[in-house]
Amino acid sequence: MDFFLQLLVNGLSIGLLYGLSAMGFVMIFKSSSVLNFAHGELLAIGAFIFLVLTSWAHVPILLSFLITLAGCFVLGFLVERIFLRPLIGEHLIFVIMLTVGLAAMFKGLLLFIFGGNLHTYPDFLPDGLALHMGAVYVPPVYVASSCIGIVFLTLFGLFFKFSSQGIFMRSVADNQTAAMSLGVHVKKVFALSWAIAALVAGMSGIVLGIINGTNVHEISAIGLKVFPVVILGGLDSIGGAIIGGIIIGLLETFTGGYISPSLKDVVPYIILVFILLIKPYGLFGLVEIERV
Amino acid sequence: MRKLQMHPCGNYKEHYSRELAIFETDFGRLWMCIGLIALFFVLPFASGPYFIYVLNMTGIAAIAALGLNILIGFTGQISLGHGAFFGVGAYAGAILATRLGFPFWLAVPAAGFVTALVGMIFGIPSGRLKGLYLTIATLAGQFIIEYILVHWESLTQGTMGITLPAASIFGMEIASDRAFFYVIYICLAAITLITVNLMRTRFGRAFVAIRDNDRAAEGMGIPIFSYKLLSFAISSFYAGFAGAIWAFYSISITTEPFNLGMSVEYIAMVVIGGLGSIPGAIFGAVFITGLNEILRFVTDAFMNMGISTSFGLNLAALREFAFGLAIVLFILFEPKGLAEIWRIIRSNFRLWPFSY
Repeated sequence: MDFFLQLLVNGLSIGLLYGLSAMGFVMIFKSSSVLNFAHGELLAIGAFIFLVLTSWAHVPILLSFLITLAGCFVLGFLVERIFLRPLIGEHLIFVIMLTVGLAAMFKGLLLFIFGGNLHTYPDFLPDGLALHMGAVYVPPVYVASSCIGIVFLTLFGLFFKFSSQGIFMRSVADNQTAAMSLGVHVKKVFALSWAIAALVAGMSGIVLGIINGTNVHEISAIGLKVFPVVILGGLDSIGGAIIGGIIIGLLETFTGGYISPSLKDVVPYIILVFILLIKPYGLFGLVEIERV
Repeated sequence: MRKLQMHPCGNYKEHYSRELAIFETDFGRLWMCIGLIALFFVLPFASGPYFIYVLNMTGIAAIAALGLNILIGFTGQISLGHGAFFGVGAYAGAILATRLGFPFWLAVPAAGFVTALVGMIFGIPSGRLKGLYLTIATLAGQFIIEYILVHWESLTQGTMGITLPAASIFGMEIASDRAFFYVIYICLAAITLITVNLMRTRFGRAFVAIRDNDRAAEGMGIPIFSYKLLSFAISSFYAGFAGAIWAFYSISITTEPFNLGMSVEYIAMVVIGGLGSIPGAIFGAVFITGLNEILRFVTDAFMNMGISTSFGLNLAALREFAFGLAIVLFILFEPKGLAEIWRIIRSNFRLWPFSY
């Protein structure tokens, strides 16, 4: 029973991380319907900027957190402006291949600068954050990441619900032509959503780095795990991304714990195929009825 | 004898047969013959063993890229699992040759058929999904196949890999790079011819109709699902065929090369070469294989100059960067790929001195 509970807690925490990582992905898809294969690299960039600031430049933690977020914001903006904007209206494969190419570029750059080794942050979280519930132990990083996740989820919920930019973004996601004719600056919305998505990705990257250390290969692998998560949750639902992440995280840890550790990494993709065959728009996705 | 047509001065097609002709002019036919002669009789004798090895790798890649171009460029179904299909072909060939004792000439096409079956299984989602959902489904297929290759140890021997017997055709041993050159390029020429003709039949036209507008295609009586499956089957057949030749050529195979990176490389070939263009797939294969070799050469040169080995290791990362950069630049500046560049060059020559 203790084993089960520990797996449950681990699964929930990993799932929350997947959900957090998927949030930025969904945001890009929601407003510009771009399937971003470079998402894992965006996560890694966030994690590495934070690494440089904290352990190499010794900037205070809170300040370096803010600088990382700002840097990612600018990066996302630039990526959209330079690479994605010329492709508005182009065929799907070009957009997909462009993000694949970007992923290779970013990954190559990161490997060139940091190498493929594991880097760790200095330990800065107080031990008091850890939770002991009977035999179950929740390390402080998981508690902190859960808090960050909940805070950001609430912030974005409010942003999309009430702020004018958030409403613009939702309108573009819903119907690009109609939004344009009503005076929404669609390109600005795209740029903003990439910038915000990169910011969220950077934040998730930092959390991932705190938990596992930062390693280019591992973080970009998590970028691909995002796909089962968002398909399960629905490609255009931010809440769905979190719930999908938690479900995938739980399934992964339980498979790893009870069936076989090697099956752990492929289980999300097996589930992915079944979801696509049975319910392609996921749990909370917007259903566009189109029979092929 | 009919009059030879050397130089078209406009678009004067008087029969449908002219519209369907493979060569617009006899000039093209002449260059084709010269090219083939140079390929088979000059190139293998004029180049050293390393260059022949590169040529062989290019030829194998070109066969698989042609297959992927049928799927992506002609049918419009984006697949991220081509590398895995290539791997299935390699393993099918290896297992048929070692366990069942199939000879080379039988094992290669048989591996193609096995891969076609596997490709059809992973093409089934295309019945309900299209566009990016299908892309994600094939991504899942890539990971699932990779897992099966590594973990079905009784069949694939897992990470240990399989060593293949030497290839031979009709009692003749094919061992040297040059012998493989002839096998690979005769296969490539045959497959290119088959592909060109396939695209002129009703199957090819149905593929293009599905790509351009699937609803209209269905309205015109094309059974979409079966044609999509057929497209998956043909494309995987090519991948499996190429994979099996590759397995025989490299003698021993492991599961490592058939990862997502390989699938991305094949898509890059198709995109950089030119979507929906048969010469494009070959150009793309030449470009990507060439780029890989040049980057490897540069990396090795830096390593040998002794600038510290860790720096040299990092240059492997720069290879990945250059690869990504090539994809991005082509998509931004010449999305129709090398085939379009080639067309522009040709028409510039043809219209000289009045080209603009």
